[in-house]
Amino acid sequence: MRKLQFFSLLLLAGAMCSAQAAEFNQVQISKSTLAFAYKQMGVPLEGKFGKFTAQLTFDPAKINTAQARLEADLASIDTGSSEGNDEVSGKLWFNTKTYPAAQFVSSGVKALGGNRYEALGKLTIKGRSLDVSAPFTFRQEGAVGIFDGAFTLKRLDYAIGEGLWADVSAVANEVRIVFHIVANASAPAKK
Amino acid sequence: MSSATRYTTTAITLHWLAALLIFATFPLGVYAHELALSPLKLKLISYHKWLGVTIFLLTVARLAWRATHTPPPLPETIPLWQQRAAHGLHLLLYVLLFAIPLTGWLMSSAKGFPVVYLGLMQLPDLVGKDKALGDLLMEIHEMLNFGLLALVGMHIAAALKHHFIEHDATLRRMLPSGKEVEP
Repeated sequence: MRKLQFFSLLLLAGAMCSAQAAEFNQVQISKSTLAFAYKQMGVPLEGKFGKFTAQLTFDPAKINTAQARLEADLASIDTGSSEGNDEVSGKLWFNTKTYPAAQFVSSGVKALGGNRYEALGKLTIKGRSLDVSAPFTFRQEGAVGIFDGAFTLKRLDYAIGEGLWADVSAVANEVRIVFHIVANASAPAKK
Repeated sequence: MSSATRYTTTAITLHWLAALLIFATFPLGVYAHELALSPLKLKLISYHKWLGVTIFLLTVARLAWRATHTPPPLPETIPLWQQRAAHGLHLLLYVLLFAIPLTGWLMSSAKGFPVVYLGLMQLPDLVGKDKALGDLLMEIHEMLNFGLLALVGMHIAAALKHHFIEHDATLRRMLPSGKEVEP
């Protein structure tokens, strides 16, 4: 009985090594970034969120079970200027007092071939939840998985920038969200 | 000889176009700077930048004209020291018409907002994003502008004095009228 268990463990380990499959589920938040790009009067500008959390489980061999959940602390935004940061915390923009966070919760992941995938899910900002799909690439470096992706949202769909700021000729409606997530594989169940 | 006593049509057009744009750009900059952040402010600042780039290009064109033409001489009735002062003032004006748009461009880069001319053509960032440098450049840009205001005031006062008090041909050399200048 013991021998059999040991043998099957060996087999399992062998199978995992040969397929190089592993479940990546330990997000290294300090190595990950959540940024965005937008245009203001035709000028391309970039910003980022200083604080966000991410949980994911991703095994390229078991894509059906992949999951991701991201939450950005909207008050930690850096739009590139302190004047801009103060402005977007306000009621017309994110209204961070009432809606402190933006959330993405995946409903599934599709394989697009090669190292390309697409995460589908709901993005909730300012009390509005909409379906989004975010294409990304996955690359594995030993026990570290690196996810790079981006998608474009329309800020007015989430009422980000209401009233006078709804003027998309000053600040464009399209905002590109760019994410870089680094996650370690869970330690193999040895010993 | 009208060609010797008046500026050419090209020079006259460039001069008055520059004057018009400077009189639009300066108050636009002051006004937009004072506004609270709003779409209007973003627009006015962009227009200010586009006008500034245009003034810079006009200045390049005007210096190219100066390099290939001899300006009509000042009336001989003007004392030599005043003629020298006038040339010095003109030189300073040209220096500022280069330096002011340039400091504006640098300040924009340092503040992390690239300049996209007319919303179409992105100018390269000559310096990286640096808040302290951006604030310093803003002060320099402001100082140079108040210098320009003083010099333009002197330039206009001198032109009007020659025209209405001395009754000489100084201003008429640059007026867009078709009249020949009497010697």
